[in-house]
This record gives sequence, C-alpha cells and structure tokens, in this order.
Amino acid sequence: MNFDLGVIQSALPYLWKGMQYTLELTVIATLGGLFFGTLLALARLSSIKPLSLVATGYINLMRSIPLVLVLFWFFFLMPVVIQSITGAERPPFIGPDRTAIITFIMFEAAYFAEIMRAGIQSISRGQVNAAYALGLTYRQSMTHIILPQAFRNMLPVLLTQTIILFQDTSLVYVISGTDFLGATSKIAQRDSRLVEMYTFAAVVYFAISFSLSLLVKRLQKKIAIIR
Amino acid sequence: MAFNMDWDVFTQDATVSDGPWWEYLIGGIGWTLTLSACAWVIALLLGSIIGTLRTTDRTWVVRLGNAWVELFRNIPLLVQMFLWYFVVPEFIPPLKRWMVGTEPIYAQFLAAVLCLGLFTSARVAEQVRAGIQSLPRGQRNAGLAMGLTQAQTYRFVLLPMAFRIIIPPLTSETMNLIKNSSIALTIGLAELTFRSREMGELTFQFFPAFAAATVVYVAIAMSANRIMAFIERRVAVPGYIAGGGK
Repeated sequence: MNFDLGVIQSALPYLWKGMQYTLELTVIATLGGLFFGTLLALARLSSIKPLSLVATGYINLMRSIPLVLVLFWFFFLMPVVIQSITGAERPPFIGPDRTAIITFIMFEAAYFAEIMRAGIQSISRGQVNAAYALGLTYRQSMTHIILPQAFRNMLPVLLTQTIILFQDTSLVYVISGTDFLGATSKIAQRDSRLVEMYTFAAVVYFAISFSLSLLVKRLQKKIAIIR
Repeated sequence: MAFNMDWDVFTQDATVSDGPWWEYLIGGIGWTLTLSACAWVIALLLGSIIGTLRTTDRTWVVRLGNAWVELFRNIPLLVQMFLWYFVVPEFIPPLKRWMVGTEPIYAQFLAAVLCLGLFTSARVAEQVRAGIQSLPRGQRNAGLAMGLTQAQTYRFVLLPMAFRIIIPPLTSETMNLIKNSSIALTIGLAELTFRSREMGELTFQFFPAFAAATVVYVAIAMSANRIMAFIERRVAVPGYIAGGGK
C-alpha cells in the first residue's frame, strides 16, 4: 500500500469549495439555531401552559431522534408537504444544500434551547424580581437584565455546541450534500483513494475542532472569574 | 396524489425480505439495539479505565488519557466510521482478508461496534474523570491515611462514589450512543434508520416509514431514561445525592 499525497493536492480546490459550504452551513445553522433556540427556551419557560407544552414537546422530540433521521424527514417529505400546501403540479426541487440548512437550524434550535434554558435558570430569582420591582416589562427585563447575563454564563457551552455542530454538518453526506466530507468522499470514490482522502479529512477536522476547543477553554478561564 | 398516506403498507410484503415490512423494521431495531449494547460495553469498560487513569498523579498517564479523549472528540463520528471501515483494514492485512471474505454484515458490524465503542469511551472517560474530581479531596486523603494503597483507595472509596454521581450524564451518553448508531447506515449496516429509508424508497410511503422509526427512537429514549432513573434510585447514597442530580 502506498500513500499518495498527490491525490489530495490535486483535489484541494474542490475540497476547499466543500469546506466553504461546511463553514457556511455551520455559521448559518448556529445563528438560526440561536435565534429559534432563544424563542423556544422562552416559550418553554413561559407561564402560558400550551405554549410551554408545545415547546417542551418539540425539544424532547428533536433530542430523542438521530440527526440522520431528521435529515431524511426533511429531505424526503419537505417537497411533498410544500407541494400539498401550495397545490403545485409537482413537488418543488429543494436540493440537499437548502434541505441541510433548514434541517440544521430546526434541529440545533432544540439543543441551543436547552442550553439557553439552563443559562436563564442559572440567573438568580432576585434578578427577575428586581427587574419587575423597577417597573420593567417582561420584554425589557429579558432583553436588558436576564438574557445578557445568561448569554455570558452559557457562552462556553454554546461555543462547544457550535464545534459539535461543525462536526455534525458532515452528516449531510447521507443526503448527498457536497460539504467538506462529501467532497472528500466523492474524490475518494472517483480515484479509489479512500485511505488518503479519509485520513486527510480526519486530520483537517481534528485540526480545526481541536484548535477551536483550545480557544473555548481559554475563554472559559477568562470569564469564569465573574461568577 | 400530493400526500397520500397508506398505513396498511406495514403489513404488505417487503420486497427485500420474506416477511412484511413491520417485521423488516423490527429486525432493524434488533440491529440498532445489539450494536448499541456491544458498543456500550466497550465504552463503559474503556471509558472507566481511561477516566480513572486521568485522575492519577502520573503525568504521562494523564497526558495519554487526555490525548485519547481529544482524539475521539474532535473528529466527526461519520469520519471515524469511514476510518474504521475503509482505512484501518488497509493497515492490518489479516483483518482486511477477513472483512473481504466474510458476510458484509459482520464486517460492517465489527467496524461500527469499534467506532461507536471507542468514540463513546472518550465521552464516558470525560464523565468518569469529572465524577472523581467532583469528590471532596478529603475522601482520597482519608483513604490513603487509613493505609489503603492508591489502587485500594480507588476501588473502595472513590469509584463507588463517583459512579453513582455520574449516572445522569451516563444516561444521556447512553441515549446519544443509541442515536449515533444510526450513522452505521453510511457503511451499509441495515439498522432501523437504514431500513425505514429503504422502506420509504421502495414503497414511496416515506411518511409512515419515518413515523415508525421516530416512534421507536422516542420509545427507546424514554425507556432508557426510566431504566437509568431506576438504577439511580437503587444505588443512591443516602443523604448525599438524594433527590439531586436531575
């Protein structure tokens, strides 16, 4: 067996395009997941019973089924559902890339929501009471008092979840998306160079995730003093 | 035809096996659970050993343990799956010969068990280390002061406490493992998710197929949760973590 580095080198431009998609997907899913995750967490903690029940149900459902299955749900059924809503002649073409973005936002929202909930609940009750006592409304006390502190407390966990998300984006492979792993895999099969390509993919993922996790650790040390 | 659902599809003959589709899916559940159970044994054994070693005072052992955890935690599980199935056998000729010669399902199963077992072992190791380090320093010192060796201190003082404390995080690792086992479909292992997709593709009844898989995963998650909660209650240290940790 010979290890041929030339294969990797000649595939680099294509792999870079895959990596760009991976990064794009990670950023969009993180931002979207954060947005919907915050809403979900607020809904779950809400005193309006039906709202909190629905949010809890959604979060628990998403957290108990595999991401692969969620990807399949959206990939195979979203076109049909959209078709039945719009009454179009044939199912619209959505494609793996857009399916992945929607799925990851929906899926990660549930995980971010749980982190948010823990963060919000870590703020002492007195802060909420103080905010209300000052005459702030629910919205004002959330945006000015609770959420800023909660965000700071949960920042390390959120960043760690983002690193996990970065690794999880490789699962778009199952719906034939061309992210970094998808690109690697396509080259690997085309050139029959599975050993080189998959080893290379592992090294790249490791290098990125490991350096990011070191940064998170450093950040954690920095902001841990505040609590 | 936009959204026709045919729930009778489960009793129809599966084109890929002898029985009806529901039987085919049950077979998939069997693979999912067997795979998870085997990987869990490896993960718990290896994870406990590595997690314990990471709390000792031998620097190089601790470093080795840390390296193990970082290695498995920073590579996507899917990539690890490919490494075990496509790459590792290339470096071990006898294994390669066996994998080519045997039924594909055995080769897939071995790769998936190793992959999931080692991946989860890193996560268990992290929990075990955290559990041991959360114990008051006095416990270790008390053990050593009573004349126990370091090994005895771990065996009789630290580990019995630590394992009880980490039952809740181990529960969620168990459920993660069951969910992660679906990634074995990428190397062709016909577990639950694989079979439900196959059923969808062959009958065009995606909705009932995925709904069935979803219900099963939720049921598994809920029962794993119940079982671990039961164990947690049975082994709780009176007055120590009673009622806590949830």
